[in-house]
Amino acid sequence: MKLKYIIPILFIALFTMSCSTDDDSDIILNEVEGLKKIQDLTNTTHTVELYNSSGKFETGYNAITIRIKDNASNNYIENASLSWMPVMQMPSMKHSSPKSEITKSLGKKTLFEGFIIYQMANLDGSGWSLKVDYTINGTSYTANADIKVMQAEYQNVASFMGTDEVRYVVAMMAPNNPKIGINKLKVGLFKMESMMAFPVVEDYKMTLDPRMPGMGNHGSPNNTDLIYNGADKTYEGNLSLTMTGYWVLNLKLLNASGEALKGESVTEEHPKSSLYLELEF
Amino acid sequence: MKKLILAVIWVFCGGIIFAQESHDTKKDTTKLDEITLVGRRKLSNYRQEKTLASIDDYLEKSNKITMIKRGNYAWEPAMNNMNSERLNVTIDGMQIFGACTDKMDPITSYVDVSNLRKVSIGSGQSGSENGHTIGGGIDLQLTNSKFHQSGLKTSVDLGYETNGNYKTGGLDLEYSGNKFYLHADGIYRKSDNYDAGKNQEVLYSQFQKYNMSLQTGYKLTDHHTLEAAVIYDKATDVGYPALTMDVSLAEALITSVTHKYVNDSTFIQSLESKLYFNTITHVMDDSKRPDVPIRMDMPGWSDTYGFYSKASMTIDKHALEVNLNGFYNRSLAEMTMYPNDPNQAAMFMYTWPDIRTLYSGIYAKDTYAFNDQTSLSTALRIGFHQNEIAKETGLESLQIFYPEIGATNNRVLSSFTTNYQFKKEHYDVSFGAGYGERAPSVSEGYGFFLFNSFDNYDYIGNPTLKNEKAIEANFKANYHENNFHLGFETSYFHIMDYIIGNIDENLSAMTIGADGVKVYSALSNAKIFNAYLNSSYKFSDSFSINGTVGYNYGSASNGENLPLIKPFSYLAEVNYSTAKFNAALQLEGNANQSRYSNFYGEDETAAYGILNVNFGNEFKLNTNKVILKYGIENILDVNYSTYADWNNIPRQGRNLYVNMSYIIY
Repeated sequence: MKLKYIIPILFIALFTMSCSTDDDSDIILNEVEGLKKIQDLTNTTHTVELYNSSGKFETGYNAITIRIKDNASNNYIENASLSWMPVMQMPSMKHSSPKSEITKSLGKKTLFEGFIIYQMANLDGSGWSLKVDYTINGTSYTANADIKVMQAEYQNVASFMGTDEVRYVVAMMAPNNPKIGINKLKVGLFKMESMMAFPVVEDYKMTLDPRMPGMGNHGSPNNTDLIYNGADKTYEGNLSLTMTGYWVLNLKLLNASGEALKGESVTEEHPKSSLYLELEF
Repeated sequence: MKKLILAVIWVFCGGIIFAQESHDTKKDTTKLDEITLVGRRKLSNYRQEKTLASIDDYLEKSNKITMIKRGNYAWEPAMNNMNSERLNVTIDGMQIFGACTDKMDPITSYVDVSNLRKVSIGSGQSGSENGHTIGGGIDLQLTNSKFHQSGLKTSVDLGYETNGNYKTGGLDLEYSGNKFYLHADGIYRKSDNYDAGKNQEVLYSQFQKYNMSLQTGYKLTDHHTLEAAVIYDKATDVGYPALTMDVSLAEALITSVTHKYVNDSTFIQSLESKLYFNTITHVMDDSKRPDVPIRMDMPGWSDTYGFYSKASMTIDKHALEVNLNGFYNRSLAEMTMYPNDPNQAAMFMYTWPDIRTLYSGIYAKDTYAFNDQTSLSTALRIGFHQNEIAKETGLESLQIFYPEIGATNNRVLSSFTTNYQFKKEHYDVSFGAGYGERAPSVSEGYGFFLFNSFDNYDYIGNPTLKNEKAIEANFKANYHENNFHLGFETSYFHIMDYIIGNIDENLSAMTIGADGVKVYSALSNAKIFNAYLNSSYKFSDSFSINGTVGYNYGSASNGENLPLIKPFSYLAEVNYSTAKFNAALQLEGNANQSRYSNFYGEDETAAYGILNVNFGNEFKLNTNKVILKYGIENILDVNYSTYADWNNIPRQGRNLYVNMSYIIY
């Protein structure tokens, strides 16, 4: 074989090999690509990094991605078990909010994920703190810090007392990017069992009536009731949006035996249910 | 699109090669009348009551056509009591589709009389030469090629009407040489609000428009001619008193290139092939209305690319015509609403979600002359029609109503008609029968919350509609004896899968104040019948009277009357005309609309009658000619509206007009 064939092959081999070693470290660093950092929770050993798509916490459903950095080695932890506790400190009392477990992100080495539903916020974003407990190789650690939660522009979460004297939290989890057409509406329903515990409520039902108050409060056709999906632990239904703009999703919460716990049907005289969510696109 | 272009090239080449082969058949000299046409109105021949009347005015004078009025501009033609969707309106064989979801821009509004040579009207299936239709076809024909070396001819037209302070000005230039001709014209029209009878001003009835056209031709050889035409039409500030919105812009650019081959000694005696493109922009707005529940903009666009190639030939006693045509149309319309709460985002939707229509079809007609008196004509059209929803958003929005639909929908459309004609010295008779199909229009198939102020419902299109089909029969007879003439014509349509809106109680109206939502659906059938009787008597060469009465009937299989069916109508005229002067007194009216369709949003329209008078003078000024037309319409200043007036807006009260044409040779 002539030299002029060998040399390019050698170069290609050299480049691809050198590139592939670079890529290995890049993959780890780039696992949060496309996400924005919200905040770090730091203790002496680790930095717990919090990410989501907007880089900030707002009231309502917040999908959160977590990464733990070993402060000594600057490496990211791949195996850990985590749990968290958001807390709102109010003048006379404190309470938590609905949240998920934290699980390893599918197909990622260093990422963990879960969601928190902040049901309220102070105007300046103060009051909330977040404590993350995690265990690495049998050793437990804690990171804790105040966080800033801003009021979302539209009501995507509602906290209310049902006629059964139980306090509930309802939050919109999807669609993230509503479209003209039929959207998959996902809503979480939680019960305030105590100040600190908000378990998922199963097998209730919500009726859905989206309306546009900006235009005669007209509705849209072929919406379906929100039915509990045991796999996702959410309530799902079809939300049809006939145009862009501001929509009020009027809801009525029914318990397993069909009794209305909150919300009313929309009529001429009663244009809006007392239980509703909002969206604009 | 590629296929279309290939097809065009194939047709051009094939046609030209084919046309070169001469055919040795004995030519038949029998001249056949255009029996398929109920009327051919020659335009701009200075024989009309107003030389500067709009196309709409001209069409309204035709027996079979009535104009549906939403204002003083852009009237919608209806034939055999059927309007836009059921008619095939073309400009010189070119398909062109309005860009307004509310039918505020019928095709007839994008041309002006100055552009046209004549309007060819075919009732029912006899109007299917250029496309599929149920009610009939209207072809607005452009100026013909003329290589008659007449040199330059200029004419200036001026018009003024007192009602609405309506001013018109036009300029026409025509050059005709041995190998080259050029026709250029421009016309400007502007009217303020008109007054209905008894000086009642009709607000938002103003309009302003101009139209320019350039038509030119070049004779390549004795047999081949190449022509090009461009029409630009722009209307601004058009009010629609019957609707909740006006139009700030209606703009059309219509272009075409035509190749014509004419040779009497070849098998194909004429072959005409045209490539065309037209684009329409239509902007509805309500910024001039002081009081609306919500501000909105509703722009729409319609672009059409197409071709046709038509040949005519004679074999023995057969006169054959073949027309191969195709088009591709893109219709897009959107609506943006601005909430009264400025913090809320604008609301947006596609009302015509970018619908692409591809059509290609072939038409063939044979006229067989048994002898000088008797002839039989048969015509057939078969076509492939495809609709596609090009915007993903559009498809998804329609899937709210029809989850199963896909983006495309294919149809095969067919049409068949036959006509037998018999002529004798004192009378002539013709019988016709036909079958036709049409695809739903863009609004009927894909419209999304289109508000119809006629019945106060929002309309949703239905992509699953079947083709609408019609069986028709018609009969015509004329009798002449000395100076007396009596004519009768009638036609009957049995329409199956008749497309009309049907209330869906489950849907809530989007438009503020609307009564609900109607979804286009098909009634199993509908019947439309009409009959006209006309007669005239000539007292002398210059003095004559004529009269027409008409009866129309329409009912649907659900037992309801069809909407927009003309009540009993009459027209009587006394005419005096000499070479240099003419005068006419006209009485025109309708009886009470007793069979109105309450179910489809109509109310009863009262009977009316109006009196018009018109005069015409023609005189020479040096070598030039002056034509003066003047008259009074609605002399008695009656305040009236007809069944064809949208939401009963009243028609014009007394109107004095003067039209003057100055022709410089």
